[in-house]
Amino acid sequence: MSFVLDLFTMGAVLAGALFFLAGTVGLLRFPDPLTRLHALTKADNLGLGLIVIGLLPQVAWPLGAFKLIAIWLMALFAATTISQLMARAARDGEPVR
Amino acid sequence: MISTTTLFGLSSAVLIGLGLFGMIVDPQPLRKILAFNLLGGGVFLLFGVIARRGAGAGLGGDPVPQALVITGLVVAFAATALAVALLLRLFQATGQTALDEAPPPAPSVDP
Amino acid sequence: MTLALAVDIGLALLVLAVAGWTIAVRDTFAAVIGFVAYGLLLALVWVRLAAPDVALTEAAVGSGLTGLLLLSASARLRHAKTSAAPPGPVLQWAAGALCILIAAGLAALVLLLPDPAPTLAPAAVAHLPATGLGNPVTGVLMVYRAIDTFLESVVLLPALLGVWSLASEGDWGGAPILRHPRPDGALTLMAQVLPPLGIIVGVYLCWNSADHPGGAFQGGAVLAAMWVLALLAGLVDAPPIRQRGLRVLLVAGAAVLLAVGLAGIGLAGAFLAYPEHYSKPLILAIEMALVLSIAVALALLVAGPPVRTPS
Repeated sequence: MSFVLDLFTMGAVLAGALFFLAGTVGLLRFPDPLTRLHALTKADNLGLGLIVIGLLPQVAWPLGAFKLIAIWLMALFAATTISQLMARAARDGEPVR
Repeated sequence: MISTTTLFGLSSAVLIGLGLFGMIVDPQPLRKILAFNLLGGGVFLLFGVIARRGAGAGLGGDPVPQALVITGLVVAFAATALAVALLLRLFQATGQTALDEAPPPAPSVDP
Repeated sequence: MTLALAVDIGLALLVLAVAGWTIAVRDTFAAVIGFVAYGLLLALVWVRLAAPDVALTEAAVGSGLTGLLLLSASARLRHAKTSAAPPGPVLQWAAGALCILIAAGLAALVLLLPDPAPTLAPAAVAHLPATGLGNPVTGVLMVYRAIDTFLESVVLLPALLGVWSLASEGDWGGAPILRHPRPDGALTLMAQVLPPLGIIVGVYLCWNSADHPGGAFQGGAVLAAMWVLALLAGLVDAPPIRQRGLRVLLVAGAAVLLAVGLAGIGLAGAFLAYPEHYSKPLILAIEMALVLSIAVALALLVAGPPVRTPS
């Protein structure tokens, strides 16, 4: 049983890491701020989510799992807000680098 | 084979060198402050390496240097805040941020 | 080579690359972003060095608050013309040589560090049960080297006074302004939703520090960040610095620590000594006062000098 869970963890974390990789490539390759934001937030949130899901079987239930999920939600929330702010700044013609 | 502590110890030496170089060479005061903080990160890391080497008695590291670094980080922040406030005031008063040139003849009078 | 060592080598290379880029990049705004990333990577290094307390401090203070400070400064100085030219090539080469020399010297020192390493860990652990604490770093901060912690909680105050004293004539006693130039819906929502959670996290970090990583500085930094967030979104205004309650709050931590320390002379025979069996509640009381003072001081250091003429 624990072997299956370990396999699940490896698979999910690896998939999450791939999403991070894709997001980073998008961040570096996409032409303008809005598409770069798109690549960053979408891929990173999914990547972090997969890593959190993958780690869930490895931590103490329920407190450790609760902390992990809280971290995920916080990161989602922060990324959403920041991308809104940056997108607005980009739309209004402020230099976004 | 290189150990983790040696690896990060050598990294801290490079970081200190990099920070010092930025502090000397970059003419902008804000970049000097930034480089100073980067240098500080290297110094703290050296402390951390020494703490890690002192692991014992069931601890992952010597807690004394670790505690010193915690106080050091907060003091470094306070010093940075003061330096940034000085720089912004200089800009507000003289309209420039250069350190080595004489301020313009008529300093602005605050309203 | 073990997998952990491979990760460490990758982490070290990443830290060095980001640090080098931060120094080399032309744009100051980009350099500040690089610095924030550098701080977060350093926090990971601290975890690898088995120092989670320092990792929390590095992430919250070294990367977060310092990053915000430098970011807002770089935004305000965006239109500043630098009249100073970079130094000539001779000086640059000389500085480079000097820095390489210093780095090489330090590297040699790292390689020549004595083995076995001197350590105070056994001494710190030996007396920890008497304090009622489980976290040795908190033990060092609050018991063995409480004088350092006291001086540090005091040193924030002259730094803040220094910042305040840069206020323009007539603004003394007013309130600092720290606000996003155009706060909008997303930022407002965040500033409404996050502080309740952040306050819990900050108090947890402090309260839990007796036995787990955390402490008054880490908790104070999180609380300060929550206040700064509300200030940035324009949900609250910073209080005028002449306000008495604010000043009481600022000195409360150092005052409680000093009072307990002085009481220790009579009750336990030494300055900053705790009476037996009462050390843990006393330490928690000090930490709770400290966390409030530190939070207020850190947030006001970010907010800068007062700018509003007192009415």
